[in-house]
Amino acid sequence: CLHQLDTTPIDPNVDTVDKVYRTVADYNQGLAKLYAGYAITGQQGPDGNGDLGGIDEGASQYLRRYWEAQELPTDEAINCWGDPGQPEMSTMSWTAANTLNEALYYRVIYQISLANQFIRDCEASDFDLSSQIAEARFLRAYSYWHALDLYGNGVPKITEENTVGKELPLPWGKQGGRELFDYITAELESIIDASSEEQLVDIGESMFGQANKGVAYMLLGKVFLNAEVYIGEAHLSEAKKYTDLVVNNYTLSGSHKNAVSAYQSLFVMDNYEEHKEIIFSINYFGDQTRTWGGMTYIINAATGGDMDRDMMGAPGWGGNRSMTSLLNVFEGKTDDRALFFIHKDDQGNETTDIVDFMQFTQGVQVTKFRNVDSKGAPGHATYAETNYPVFRVADAILMQTEIEWRMNGFASNNNIRTLWERAGRSTESVPEVNAETILNERARELYWEGHRRQDLRRFNTFTRGSVVQTWPYKGSQIAPEGLTNVSETFEVYPIPSSEIGANPNLIQNKGY
Amino acid sequence: AQEKSIKGTVVDENGAPLPGVAVVVKGTTHGTTTNFDGEYILNLSSDNVTLSFSYIGYLTKDFLVGSEMRIDVPMEVDAEQLEEVLVIGYGSTTKKDATGSVEAVTADGFNKGAINSPQGLLQGKVAGVQITTGGGAPGSGSTIRIRGGSSLIASNDPLIVIDGVPVDSDGISGMRNPLNAINPADIESMTVLKDASATAIYGSRASNGVIIITTKKGSTNESSINVNYNGSVSVNTLNNQVDVLSADQYRDIMSGRPGEHLLGSANTNWQNEVFQNSVSTDHNVGVSGNVKGWLPYRASAGYTMDNGTLKGSSMDRTTLNLNLSPKFLDDHLSVNASIKGMFVNNKFGNDGAIGSAVSYDPTQPIYDSRFPHYGGYHTWTTTDDPLSGRSVNAPSNPMAMINQNSNTSNVNRSIGNAQIDYKIHGFEDLVLKVNAGYDYSSAKGGVYEGIETSWNENNAPSGIEEKGGFVSDYTQEKRNEVLDLFAQYNKEIGKHRFDVMGGYSWQHFLQEGTTVEQNGYGYEMKNQPWATEYYLMSFFGRANYTFNNKYMATVTVRQDGTSRFSPQNRWGTFPSLALAWKIKEEPWMQSVNFVSDLKLRAGVGVTGQQNIGAGDYPYMNTYTRGDEYSRYGFYNPSTGQWEYFNTIRPEGYDENIKWEQTTTYNIGLDYGLFNDRLTGSAEVYYRLTDDLLNYIPVPGGSNLTNMLLTNVGSMENKGVELSLNAKIIQRQDFHWDFGVNMTWNDSKITKLTTVDDPSYEGVKVGGIAGGTGETIQIHRVGYTPYSFLVYEQIYDDNGKPIEGAYVDRNGDGKIDEQDKYIAGDPMANLFFGFTTRLMYKNWEFSMAGRAQFGAQVYNNVDSNNSAYDQLYVSANNNTNNVTTDIYNTGFQSRQLHSDYYIQSANFLRIDNIMVGYNFNNFLKGKANLRVFGTVNNPVIFTNYKGVDPEISGGIDNNMYPRPTTYMLGFNVNF
Repeated sequence: CLHQLDTTPIDPNVDTVDKVYRTVADYNQGLAKLYAGYAITGQQGPDGNGDLGGIDEGASQYLRRYWEAQELPTDEAINCWGDPGQPEMSTMSWTAANTLNEALYYRVIYQISLANQFIRDCEASDFDLSSQIAEARFLRAYSYWHALDLYGNGVPKITEENTVGKELPLPWGKQGGRELFDYITAELESIIDASSEEQLVDIGESMFGQANKGVAYMLLGKVFLNAEVYIGEAHLSEAKKYTDLVVNNYTLSGSHKNAVSAYQSLFVMDNYEEHKEIIFSINYFGDQTRTWGGMTYIINAATGGDMDRDMMGAPGWGGNRSMTSLLNVFEGKTDDRALFFIHKDDQGNETTDIVDFMQFTQGVQVTKFRNVDSKGAPGHATYAETNYPVFRVADAILMQTEIEWRMNGFASNNNIRTLWERAGRSTESVPEVNAETILNERARELYWEGHRRQDLRRFNTFTRGSVVQTWPYKGSQIAPEGLTNVSETFEVYPIPSSEIGANPNLIQNKGY
Repeated sequence: AQEKSIKGTVVDENGAPLPGVAVVVKGTTHGTTTNFDGEYILNLSSDNVTLSFSYIGYLTKDFLVGSEMRIDVPMEVDAEQLEEVLVIGYGSTTKKDATGSVEAVTADGFNKGAINSPQGLLQGKVAGVQITTGGGAPGSGSTIRIRGGSSLIASNDPLIVIDGVPVDSDGISGMRNPLNAINPADIESMTVLKDASATAIYGSRASNGVIIITTKKGSTNESSINVNYNGSVSVNTLNNQVDVLSADQYRDIMSGRPGEHLLGSANTNWQNEVFQNSVSTDHNVGVSGNVKGWLPYRASAGYTMDNGTLKGSSMDRTTLNLNLSPKFLDDHLSVNASIKGMFVNNKFGNDGAIGSAVSYDPTQPIYDSRFPHYGGYHTWTTTDDPLSGRSVNAPSNPMAMINQNSNTSNVNRSIGNAQIDYKIHGFEDLVLKVNAGYDYSSAKGGVYEGIETSWNENNAPSGIEEKGGFVSDYTQEKRNEVLDLFAQYNKEIGKHRFDVMGGYSWQHFLQEGTTVEQNGYGYEMKNQPWATEYYLMSFFGRANYTFNNKYMATVTVRQDGTSRFSPQNRWGTFPSLALAWKIKEEPWMQSVNFVSDLKLRAGVGVTGQQNIGAGDYPYMNTYTRGDEYSRYGFYNPSTGQWEYFNTIRPEGYDENIKWEQTTTYNIGLDYGLFNDRLTGSAEVYYRLTDDLLNYIPVPGGSNLTNMLLTNVGSMENKGVELSLNAKIIQRQDFHWDFGVNMTWNDSKITKLTTVDDPSYEGVKVGGIAGGTGETIQIHRVGYTPYSFLVYEQIYDDNGKPIEGAYVDRNGDGKIDEQDKYIAGDPMANLFFGFTTRLMYKNWEFSMAGRAQFGAQVYNNVDSNNSAYDQLYVSANNNTNNVTTDIYNTGFQSRQLHSDYYIQSANFLRIDNIMVGYNFNNFLKGKANLRVFGTVNNPVIFTNYKGVDPEISGGIDNNMYPRPTTYMLGFNVNF
């Protein structure tokens, strides 16, 4: 009876490959995992069967980590928790050993590995899965863009050509090189090409949250706009081409909806109805997409102290808030976009200044994202149901202005005016377009949407105080006024030391 | 010749009356036996006869009657006969013939008092074996480490074999201790196999040693029926608490600080509230006898009601045990059958309340009329409005946690087996053996928390208005089966003695279960069935050869196949060799009178560890389906509907994963001096584990995970064990024995990665309270597993730690991760166990204790609850109590990673003290009554600042405290 040693899983939830992929619908579940990779952390919501090991499951969530990496070290947000590696994320003092950075890195790389495996599984199938493959290639390119933006060109080169094992991947190339940039743009241009076998569906033919050609245009616009940062070479005409395609195919949500402004309707539970403006999203389907990261994190971490939990639709964990540096870009004027809450101390004075880094109630609380719908009805009490807008056409509109300004040295401020009109801001004094007004407008329109670090880098004012001078605690937890300049090393995140230890082929980013 | 009657009393070596001694007129069948008082009376027809006194285990004594009217006889132990039989894997041997490191503790030597677990009986009794209870909860489990353990990730638990059935050590849901299936009162002996020459016969499960538990059997004595009743009642009490601020001290410290407005007017000692003194009882009845000379039997029943010191925690257990050992066909066919049944009801209490009781504001009352919606319990809410919702990150009211939570289980387990030995007719040297056994268990349990529980107030699936409450139900079934077929051949030819054994073993482990969760209104939130299994098949053999009763050699080999590994790595071979030399048997030793026994042993062997903690299919490319809460949805604008998908995840895997392999070298010396008044052994061992499993970061993108369990490391253990048993006083009615064992052990990781990378810092482990993902320990090359990695605290002139000031150990001008150093580890380098027993006439006194040195413990209770910024958390709108250590440190924020909190775990603990008295004449000599009182855990001597330094794993975070237990017990034999 030695054949008994050849067991196969008997668990109803575990299968081998021949059992798991039998119909196209099965492959769609594999594809759904790729999307879910941005939203949740594993196969059991909210936790218990995580994708990654070695870190708290909720804290490792993709969107949570990505959001923090793009927001916390900027003038838009600061976190008051003392968890390992957490203060360093807010103060630009992370090291290669930072556990949160490690989690982010592995999330991004894991997502790429998953896409590779899915593509391999599809290619081994007899079904026609070309549209599924195209979506997987888009999502892989999307994560590779994160890798490029956060870590640079030295990340591992892994595609569907690799196999699963312990072999050591090679890096795409040297830090500052162009290999990964070229790969991402080529991949994206391939899956929007009408002559390709594997191509995305057209704008208007996909569901909300699903990749289509419009999403790929937006991503291409972003990659090309930031080309100077990535490869030291401008690609403004390509950036313009794709950004224009986006602007021409999507429209701003224009009017009040139920109890909220047009702007705010983009950040509440029923924001899926704004699919004309929201180009791509990370979806939370009722309470069936459960996580301790994602929107549950973004909304709860923003809620605490004396804030109205019913309004936020969240019990509140009291972690993230903003600072006067964000409040001030609104210049005290009425604006639908200024969704803030200010605490008062026992004497009734507003505590907008953070004097104690660890006190949540100090600073400027942000009420932009809420787990309620446009009527104010709450979502699930624990797990947020609001969809995260990854790309919005408002962003593309501002990109258009920026590209025009970068190409010509000047630009029309009409796009800014359009956004001011929607936000109910007096348009009497719409400023001239320059670096500062672009950054300020992007802060007003897009704060807390995960763009800020990238924007500051593009204007060379992330580690340098060139346009935006400084902000509270920039570069140091003991300097509330912040430092003007910090080491350029922090322009990109370090490849985690565990990864450098595991893969001697990789070279650590400069300065770490 | 003249008729006469002779009488007398027979006593044992301790001077205690010895009942059942055969008193026979030599050369005749005329005789009698002694009664319970050791007394006999016999009518004789002549003076000129010799009386022969015999009893199993004692030297037979003859006396010529002559003119004596009374002959009192002190019996002497027959060293040869009483030769300790050692149960070993697939057989038995004797202490004198053992070639490996094997130590047995029998019922006599077990720890005394209120002990409900088999592990407790053995604690401190055997050198090299460290047993740490998980705390003071009723029926709590223990960590057993034999020679320090040989794994990091894989299990370090020894293999436990109960009456020939190797049991699954993973336990079962709803049981704190998997070994609770065995009632300690039914245990005859526990044998510890320590070195590879003893354990290698268990192959891939033997790296961490083996403990063989043998239960009591029926008697060989044909005529008697022995009934034994054991009963006790005990009181459990706690004599130590975490030193937190009293309500007054708390008001003092809060005066003028933010959050003062939240203080209440109560004075609540939360620890007094959640803990109680409790009363437990234990009853056991055993009946043993022998039906018509061919069916020895023993049946027993036990009932234990153990109430915990944490309110709401208890265990009641009923055990049934039946052993039958009949012999057939002129004793050629013998059967050893046993069935054990266990029925346990657990109430777990709410352990979380222990931590809450430390941090809950002492100025708040238990009940507060503002919170009728939370069952009337004071609750922290997000604002001062009682209806604003519970503040989710504030602690919950400890008494609400106790009273509003019911966490119960009931577990049934049965272990049974039959071993059939057949001695071939006409070829009696060969015995064929079949052992078939099973270990089945089923558990069901769950948690019930009503709709008024504040911490569940939002519990409901989406769109359901009826929120609150939590109900979880789980079931688990385990069905493990074993079949061994083997044969044994014994032969003595002149000076050569052979004992050869070989066979085949098959084991199947299956478990399955369900978990269902609902809210208090019955809306289902989770429903997840699961199942897994594995097979283990083995071929094994052992050959013992003895020359001239002086030189002995043992060779064993086992080949194991497991379904857990790929066909390429599935089979492993585990050999061992041991040699022994009975030095005392040498002619030149005969004249050395003070040496009564001397034996030198040396062994080497290889064992494995296949319980690698990675599930049963770690080598396979598998896919896992997501549950209904890990779905992904898209909104379809054209239909206005959401479409959702379950997900499928490909799992990371290591197709080359295999067992860890441990090579053990052992040299031992067994000695007996001064006519065995002084006995003991000394051992030296060295163990090297290769292919050590480590959970390492895989090169990003090379696998479908970031961390993979794979065979990469090495680790070594070395140690010295000494044991000494002394019969200090040995007189007719006064005996005093003393035994001590000492272990020095050192474990060190020698390799952890595939590529040799000196900069590899190691694997961080040891999660602590105080922040998400905080760890305090590390597995690092060159150090003991679970070493503490911390900053070196700087102190001011008054010896007070300076907050945030740490030594820049690498001198690079900044304090960062690189400055952390290894400040000790939780593994004791030196530990002792000692026992002493004193008997004077009918009185008996015994005491046992343990000590350990060289271990550290991380005081997470203080590190997490002793900073000024914990007093008031504005984001949570609540105030927290702190420990009095805040007066020593004055820390504003928690300094979780300071070596200040690495504290010495040295201790000397008295485990139990017992005083007993024997009433020999009870019920007119028909019965024997023993009354005894014990105190368990009366005192611990330690400098540790926390409640108890003996913590498995070394992180003190509100362990269920071990009570001191006072017990009064009775033992009746008739």
